[in-house]
This record gives sequence, C-alpha cells and structure tokens, in this order.
Amino acid sequence: MDFALILRVLPVFVAAAWTTIGISLISLVIGLAVAAVVTTARLSQVVALRFLGAAYVSIFRGTPALIQIFLLYFGGPQVGIQLEPFAAGAIALGLNIAAYMAESMRGGILAVDRGQMEAARSLGFGRGRTMAWIVLPQAARLMIRPLGVNAVALVKGTALVATISVVELTYTAQRFIGSTYKPFEIFAVTAVLYMIMIYGLTLLIGALDRAYAEER
Amino acid sequence: MQGLDFSVVPPYWALLGEGLWWTVLISSVSSLVSVVAGVGFALLVLYGVPVAQYPVRFFMWLFMGTPLLLQLFLIYFGLVQIGIDIPAVGAGIIGLSLHFAVYNADILRAGIVAVDTGQTEAARSLGFGRWQTLFNIVVPQALRSTLPALGSMMVALLKESSIVSMIGITELVHSAQLAISETYRPFEFYLTVAALYYIVNLILEAGLHGIERKVGLSR
Repeated sequence: MDFALILRVLPVFVAAAWTTIGISLISLVIGLAVAAVVTTARLSQVVALRFLGAAYVSIFRGTPALIQIFLLYFGGPQVGIQLEPFAAGAIALGLNIAAYMAESMRGGILAVDRGQMEAARSLGFGRGRTMAWIVLPQAARLMIRPLGVNAVALVKGTALVATISVVELTYTAQRFIGSTYKPFEIFAVTAVLYMIMIYGLTLLIGALDRAYAEER
Repeated sequence: MQGLDFSVVPPYWALLGEGLWWTVLISSVSSLVSVVAGVGFALLVLYGVPVAQYPVRFFMWLFMGTPLLLQLFLIYFGLVQIGIDIPAVGAGIIGLSLHFAVYNADILRAGIVAVDTGQTEAARSLGFGRWQTLFNIVVPQALRSTLPALGSMMVALLKESSIVSMIGITELVHSAQLAISETYRPFEFYLTVAALYYIVNLILEAGLHGIERKVGLSR
C-alpha cells in the first residue's frame, strides 16, 4: 500500500464525494416525489391510473438503470431534451429509484391492518380522509426501513453516472487508476468514502425509525 | 431535434443478437457461480475457523458497501497489475459473480440458520458426518426456502450485467454503442435494447416462478 499516494489524492476524492452526495440527495427527492405520485395512482379507484402506475414500476424495474441514463442523456436531444450530465444523471436515477420506492410505499400501505380502514369508514370518514389520517400515519413507520434500503442502493447506484462523465467518486477512481496504475490504493480510498456515506445514511434511517417509534 | 426513425434498427439485428447472446451467457454463468460461491461464503461465515471466517466477513462488508462499477475497475485493472492478464469477459464474470455472491451469502446465511435443528440432529444420529449433513441435508433445504430471494438477485444480476459494457465487453449495451457510433441514433437503439432487456427479464421471472411452483413455493 502506497500511503503517500492515498494522502496526496485524498482531497480530490473528498471533493468528488460531495458530488456523489449532491446527486444522491437530488435523486432521492425526485425519487420520493415521483414514487408518491405512482403509489397514489396504483391505489386509485380508476382502472387506467392503476394500470399506468403498475406499468411505470414494471418498465423502470424491468430495464437496466444504465440504459435509462443513456436514453435520457444521449437519446434526449433527439426528442428535444438537452441536459447536462449531472442533471441527466440525477433525473434518470431519481426516476429509476422511484419505481423501487413506490413498491416500498405500497408495501407499507397494504401492511396496515384492513380493519383500520374498515373501522374508520364505518365511523363515517371518507376514503381520502381515512387514508390521510388513519392509514398513512401508520404506514409511514412501516415504510422507513424499506425506503432506507432503497436510499442505500441509490447511493451505490450513483456510480453509474460516471459513465456519462459526471466527476463523482467512481469517475474519479477510474481516472486515477488510469493515471497512477495503483488500483488497490485508489479502490481503498474510494471504498472508505462510500462506506462513510452509507454508514451515515444507515444511522440516519435508524434514528428516524426510532424517533417515529417514540412519538407514537 | 431530428425526430425518431426506428427503421435504422433492423440492419443491426445480427449485431444486437450477438450482444444479447453474450448478455445471456455472462448472466447465466455469473448467476451460477454467484450461488455456488454464496453457499461457500455463507458456510465459512457460519462454521469456518476464525482465520477463514473474518477475511470472508470483511470481504462481504466491503463488497456490499461499494458499487459494482467500482469493483469491476478494481478487478479488471487490479488483476493486470498483479500479473494476471485475463480477457475482459473473464473480469466481468468474476466481478458480477463476486458482487452477487456476497448478497446471496447474506440471504443463504439466514436460510441455513432457519433450517430446523431437528434435521441436523436426525442426520447426525443416522451417522452422517458434520459436513455431509450440511451439504446433503441443510444446504438443499436452505436453497429451497431462499429461492425467491435468490431469484430476485438473478433478476438484478441480469440488469446489472449491462455495466460490464464499461470494461469493453461486447454484450448488449456495447453492441448498441457500436451501432450508435455508425448511425448517430442513440434513442432508437437504447430504446430497442431496453425492450430486449425487458423481454428477457419477463422470461427469467416466468422461469423462476415456474421453478418455485415446482418445488412447492409460491410468492
């Protein structure tokens, strides 16, 4: 191990890690928002909306994230969508993770005892109000862990935007492996930074889950 | 904006077909190796001597926390550096296999622990040795009960195999890139490739579902 090299390249990698964090956060917000819409569509009483929601999940989960990124970044200009690599990557990753997050959200809602819905309805609550006041607060707690798993997968998934030359961690690793011929040292630095991010995220999810448990 | 024209795709069916063949081949071999290696890792973590157990635990922790693309760069360039010059396809298969072996090991570890201890006791009292009991009695039952989870890893592996195009393996994505470099039609080709992945994915899921039904599990 060439520790001098590791120390020398560290600042560049830390800067790249911030880009990874940035793209993860933006994709996370897009993912959560789109997933909420898709989940609402899937649980709707309108057949066409249910079908559209299910199709979204099936298509985005049934094809590689890499192709979704390429389609938006390289194919976008052909249909009038011209985006910078960072924006294309963040949007494509967000749309991709939304399909997985929609599954987590639906799972949480369906896991709430049916009796809760029936009791509220028989007490005169409307469908929408039952959802908002009775079902969702209980489902939210059940969603935290699965959504957390999605978020961790998303952080690792951001490596894919290296392929459209967004200067994040994996892109930087690739560049330095090429210029230093020290793959093990570069991997060690990059792995440690990913681990710190994922460990931090895991702690945050655990804290959220506990906070929610105490509140109720 | 140049508009879309899917008539550019058919002349490249042969090239895409060859790419698809490599995608299926690489995914199949990697899936098989990842399950076999996953069983090995799970057994080492559960029953191995400390000197074998801790390196495996460390390796699993490391590979679960880092992206596949980064691991592929490490394997592809790392092997060359320590004097092992294998073709890119080899590095791709090793990378995919190890990446998913780690997840399979995690699934199988739970599956092995969940097999009723009465099974082990019965086998041992019938004169089976320790490892004989594991391989003939416990592991087959663990494989059966974890089949749905292992199956979803195979589905993920098929999609993630697209990433090996980045170290220059001519599978489906890379053959699309070759076609695009001649036609300058990325949208048409990537959409076609997405459809091909979707179809293969459906076939794989139907196959896995069939196997699950056959061994008496249903999702």
